[in-house]
Amino acid sequence: MWLNQFLILGALLFCIGVYGVLARRNGVMVLMSIELILNAVNINLVAFGAFHATPAGQVFALFVIAVAAAEVGVGLALVLLIYRNRSSIDLESVDLLKG
Amino acid sequence: MKDFLNDWGLTTMVFLPLVGAVVMMLIPKAEEELHKFIALLTTLVVGVVGVFLTANFDWDRSKDLQFVVDKGWIDVIHSRYTVGVDGIAMPLILLTLLVVPLIIIYSWNHFPEPHNPKAFLILMLVLDTGMIGSFVAQDLILFFVFFEVVLLPMYFMIGVWGGEQRQYASIKFFLYTLFGSAFMIVAFLALFFVTGAETFNMVDLARLVRENDVARNTQILIFGGMFMGFGIKVPMFPFHTWLPDAHTQAPTQGSVILAAVLLKLGTYGFVRIALPMLPEGAMWWAPIIGGLACIGIIYGALGCLAQTDMKRLIAFSSVAHMGYVMLGIATLTDFGINAAIFGMVAHGLITGMLFFIAGSVKERFHTLEIARLGGLLKQAPYMGWMLGFTSMASLGLPGLAGFWGEFPAILSAYNPAEGLNVGLFRFYMFIAALGTVLAAAYLLWLFQRTAFGTPKEEFAHEHVHDAHLTEWIAWLPMLVLIVVLGFLPVLIFGMTSDAVQVVAQALGR
Amino acid sequence: MLAAEAGAAASAGWFLENAWLFPAVPFVSFLLILFFGRKMPKQGAEIGITALAIVFAGALIAGAQWISHVNAAESAHGTEETHSTDETHGTEEEGHSTEPGTTEDGTHSEEGTSTEESHDEGALAVSGGGRSVVLGPSLALPMAEEGGEAHASVPPVISEWKSDWWTVGGIDFQVGTFVDGQAVMMLFVVGLISLLVHIYSTDYVHGDIRYTHFFAFLSLFTASMLLLVLANNLVMFITAWELVGVCSFALIGHWWEEQNNSNAALKAFLTNRVGDMGLLIGMITLFFTAGQGRTFNIYEINVAAASGTVSDTALTVAALCLLAAVMSKSGQFFLHTWLPDAMAGPTPVSALIHAATMVVAGVYMIARMYPVFFEGMSIAGGSINAVALIGAITTMVGGSLAFVQRDIKKVLAYSTVSQLGYMVMALGVGAWTAAMFHLMTHAFFKACLFLGSGSVSHACNHSFDMKTDMGGLRKYMPKTHATFLVGTLALAGFPLMSGFWSKDEILAGTGGFGLSEGANGRYSLMLVMGLITGGMTAAYMTRCYWLTFMGEWRGANSPNAHHGAHAAAHDDHDAHAPAGHDAHDAHDAHGGLPHESGPRITTPLLILAVLAFVAMFANIPGQFGFVPEGWRLRFEHYIEPKGEYFPAISHAEFSPVIAILSLIAAAVASGLAVAYYRKVEAQDPMGTELVDGPTSKAGLPKVAYNVLANKFYLDWLYTDVIVGFVKGPLARAANWFNQNVLDGIVNGTATVSKRIAGFTYTVLDQQVVDGVVRGSGIGASETGGLLRRMQNGRVQGYAALMFAAAAVLAGVFVLAI
Repeated sequence: MWLNQFLILGALLFCIGVYGVLARRNGVMVLMSIELILNAVNINLVAFGAFHATPAGQVFALFVIAVAAAEVGVGLALVLLIYRNRSSIDLESVDLLKG
Repeated sequence: MKDFLNDWGLTTMVFLPLVGAVVMMLIPKAEEELHKFIALLTTLVVGVVGVFLTANFDWDRSKDLQFVVDKGWIDVIHSRYTVGVDGIAMPLILLTLLVVPLIIIYSWNHFPEPHNPKAFLILMLVLDTGMIGSFVAQDLILFFVFFEVVLLPMYFMIGVWGGEQRQYASIKFFLYTLFGSAFMIVAFLALFFVTGAETFNMVDLARLVRENDVARNTQILIFGGMFMGFGIKVPMFPFHTWLPDAHTQAPTQGSVILAAVLLKLGTYGFVRIALPMLPEGAMWWAPIIGGLACIGIIYGALGCLAQTDMKRLIAFSSVAHMGYVMLGIATLTDFGINAAIFGMVAHGLITGMLFFIAGSVKERFHTLEIARLGGLLKQAPYMGWMLGFTSMASLGLPGLAGFWGEFPAILSAYNPAEGLNVGLFRFYMFIAALGTVLAAAYLLWLFQRTAFGTPKEEFAHEHVHDAHLTEWIAWLPMLVLIVVLGFLPVLIFGMTSDAVQVVAQALGR
Repeated sequence: MLAAEAGAAASAGWFLENAWLFPAVPFVSFLLILFFGRKMPKQGAEIGITALAIVFAGALIAGAQWISHVNAAESAHGTEETHSTDETHGTEEEGHSTEPGTTEDGTHSEEGTSTEESHDEGALAVSGGGRSVVLGPSLALPMAEEGGEAHASVPPVISEWKSDWWTVGGIDFQVGTFVDGQAVMMLFVVGLISLLVHIYSTDYVHGDIRYTHFFAFLSLFTASMLLLVLANNLVMFITAWELVGVCSFALIGHWWEEQNNSNAALKAFLTNRVGDMGLLIGMITLFFTAGQGRTFNIYEINVAAASGTVSDTALTVAALCLLAAVMSKSGQFFLHTWLPDAMAGPTPVSALIHAATMVVAGVYMIARMYPVFFEGMSIAGGSINAVALIGAITTMVGGSLAFVQRDIKKVLAYSTVSQLGYMVMALGVGAWTAAMFHLMTHAFFKACLFLGSGSVSHACNHSFDMKTDMGGLRKYMPKTHATFLVGTLALAGFPLMSGFWSKDEILAGTGGFGLSEGANGRYSLMLVMGLITGGMTAAYMTRCYWLTFMGEWRGANSPNAHHGAHAAAHDDHDAHAPAGHDAHDAHDAHGGLPHESGPRITTPLLILAVLAFVAMFANIPGQFGFVPEGWRLRFEHYIEPKGEYFPAISHAEFSPVIAILSLIAAAVASGLAVAYYRKVEAQDPMGTELVDGPTSKAGLPKVAYNVLANKFYLDWLYTDVIVGFVKGPLARAANWFNQNVLDGIVNGTATVSKRIAGFTYTVLDQQVVDGVVRGSGIGASETGGLLRRMQNGRVQGYAALMFAAAAVLAGVFVLAI
């Protein structure tokens, strides 16, 4: 029954992350929420890896962490640029793609 | 020489006019004299080729096809370039070869508005190709192509050089004929598929129909398709209404060629294609054709009596005369079919001549309204007498060509082919004989009103030039032929008799 | 193509074998006049006269040769020294054997030979040259018995070109000539009268604007008529038959400027055309029955018809059809109406064509095809038949109408109708010889009368009106008067004139009431009608003669009197005055009294008058024992065919009773006429009718007069009712049908097609098909407009959607799996 606890933790983390992505208007906060979602996934991966006694879960988790670092890097750069242009990182005002 | 004629004679005859037309296209429009010269030369050379062919034609074998050329053409649809001539086609080809140069001579200084000899003569040459081609083609598809080639130049001739209602007339002519052609091509295809033939060769198809015992009902249906195609072209009652309009609106040259040759394509189609290929279908259709022919004879004559326009009257007389031709064909006998071919040639010469005269009258008086004309004999005696002479020929006076088209046709109706209703055909005979009376009535009445008497007030003091030189040159050969054929009918009967026997035998006689 | 070898048949004369020359000469003359006539000094008349002189001389020689031919045939028969000459050239049917043996031909020659040989041993000879000469059978037949003496059979001389004239389905048709007694007789009559008319015309139409044209057509007419006489097959016959019709048309309409004349010409041609329909059908019937579908040859058809192998029905039908042709051509009731109108032509034409030659073509045809009529109408032993009845009615109709004419030519025209009726009646009762004899005598005296009337009119203001322009001319025109009187007497049936004898033979031939011996039947009705007409003839000719020559000249007060040369052109009066057209230089000074015509006019009159008298000796009745036998019945002897191509007719003998009856009828009638005109003269020397005569009062005479004056209303029936109906309502109805129904269908189809096309375009194409296309575009654009609202550009919105969608999908995923 120890797997469930990890999954529940992951789900909670995920929910918190989703809330952060949808509800926060601050760009940095959104990025951090995305990190939460990714970490929720990582927990799941590691948990399943342990559960099935394979190293694959941990390997995937490592990959995800690496990609997440890159993603945050790009994301922060974007946020910085937005801030420079608009002196704000309020995502509500960023709607250039409006049809 | 003989080899050349055998291999290339017919092809030369058919396509030389086209070559002439192409040459003319390359010459600027302003060179009118040159155009006329080239056109005349071309048709004359074609005529000379025709004379050579006639001279080398083996009259003892006139029932066989001669100068045959059989080459691949459109393999995909099994159509071949097959041409040949026998005794049935010969008189009609010679008629065409004669009439076209005469028309060009007549046109020399008479080009109708809007003038443009270049275009006019090119169309004439294309027509020439189409007409000769139709008479020599021995392949149904080839025949069909030539048959249709004729339409277009005629359409333009009426539509461009015609009278006031030329648009209406030309479109009516074109669509009506095309309507019939549609049935005809379907019939051709049906024949091809029903017999399971390899090619569209006419002789082969006729043989295959016999060998495969094509069912009677099938034959009747296919014949019906051809009947529509050819019958409209003839034109038979009740499909004739395009004719008076086309004739009335066409320029003189167009009327002449229409009367002299184009109408014959229809009757020729019956003799050449429909009868020998579908004997049983012909049997079924014969009483109907005969009946329509008789109606046409009387009806055309009555129509003539009611006309107020000279050209329209002559056009209606064509309906009556072609009725005799069709009656001859409907009897399915030697006499009838020979009469039909003679009738075609005679009608071509005589009615062609009448249209020539009508055209010249129009040119001089600017009207063809009979009520306004009169006293032609006073103002232009030669033309007046020619009109009288041609009227006499047209009403079937013995001793002139017209008689030999009518008399054997009436004769044959007394004794039609076995299997046909004798009583019915004797009734047709009576009707046809009655038609000769009406023919005399409308023609002489026309002659009386236009030529006898004194000129009407409006033209009384006008100087009217009698026949011009070009008119004389164009008319004399026709007038002479009308007399010569009337005195020596053997000239035509001798050509056709044997070949017609083949047709009649195919019909089981 | 002309034959070089004519010598094959040595027995007959050269002129008989080369009879084709007779029509050929005037035909050449026609062409010469047509092309060179204007340039000749006499404007072409001399060509025509030369040609006719040649023809006439040839006809005389041919006549002599025919007589010797008959004599030779008889002496051969008399000595029973059979026909060896004939058999030497009896190579059977060589002309036909060249044809590759089709079945028709096989039967042809077989049939030919078998019938020939079964009857007698006569040979059908064919020479090997370009032209074949066929001699008919030459042995006696047990027929034409008269006084126990069997007549020799005389072969006709038949020549045929060997080359084909036309050919159909293996049957070849040749042209040829068929010469026998009646043909020779006609050659003589046509040649003579045509020659005289030519000479007469040089004066009569002198100065006419179409003088050359006139002579050209006279030549063409003569050629056609001779061709008709000589034709050996029915196709040639109908050709000639119509050609004479055309010439008649052209000559009646000679002065075509006036509508009356061209109307008359048209009427003549069209009426004849109606009859020609009968000829056409009749000859076709004969071709397929008596000709067995292979020959139009008159001789062979006659042989077949006479042999009784052909069905009676077929012959009756053929005979009736041919009778229609006779009725039109020979002016028989009820197709006679064109003939009086035909007098619109110049007078010489009336004499030649409408009295002496062309109009007897119908009579000649019956005579030529006699077996067909004899068998088809069952003439032998009958008492009435169509031919006789038509003839008898015609005589009376013509005779009665002649009474009411003021125009001298019309009197003569109706008289011609009446006399032609006699001839047809004679043929109808079987009196063949009498008919032919009357044909000949009538040709002489009627031509004489017509030419005489022309001469009279020449003197009388160029008018033909007896009442206004004539009278008392006997003093001024002695020669014309004398000849006209002879003609009148001959026509009226005065004894010692040819007309009396020929008419008497006809009346005897009827055999009515058994008054004459040896007739073919008892045609009592015909005898009665013939006698009545005889009386009428005498009366109307007396009237005509009286009005013209007796009394005082009325012309000086005539409305036509002081006309200039061209005034008559504007005259509505129906006088057919040539004056309107021929500029008579010589006759311009006309104001004075009438004067005798010149020698070119009077000489033909004299010749014809002499012939009208002399012709009576041609056929002296057989019982007249005071005449040497060699002088009696010469006409019958030489002219009547003897052979198997002629039916076995019997010959009526001269009957004194009938002769006296007809004499009484004529005498009483002319006596009454004379009495009437004496009374008129007593009333008013210048009068022409009694002022209070019977016809001027009401009652039957007036009704009768009106009926006659309106020509039995036949003209009204034909012109106004029949022709009017055909030309008017019927033709218009046909045209209406054409324009509105047939053309309406075509145009309607076009209109409907156009409507359908319009509908297809505006509704189907533009709205439906194109609507779908455009609709899809509009639909896409509208949907896009809707969807674009979702595209608000907010990343979180998108993310929310994505998660929602993911959640939904996850739900689906869980639930479905």
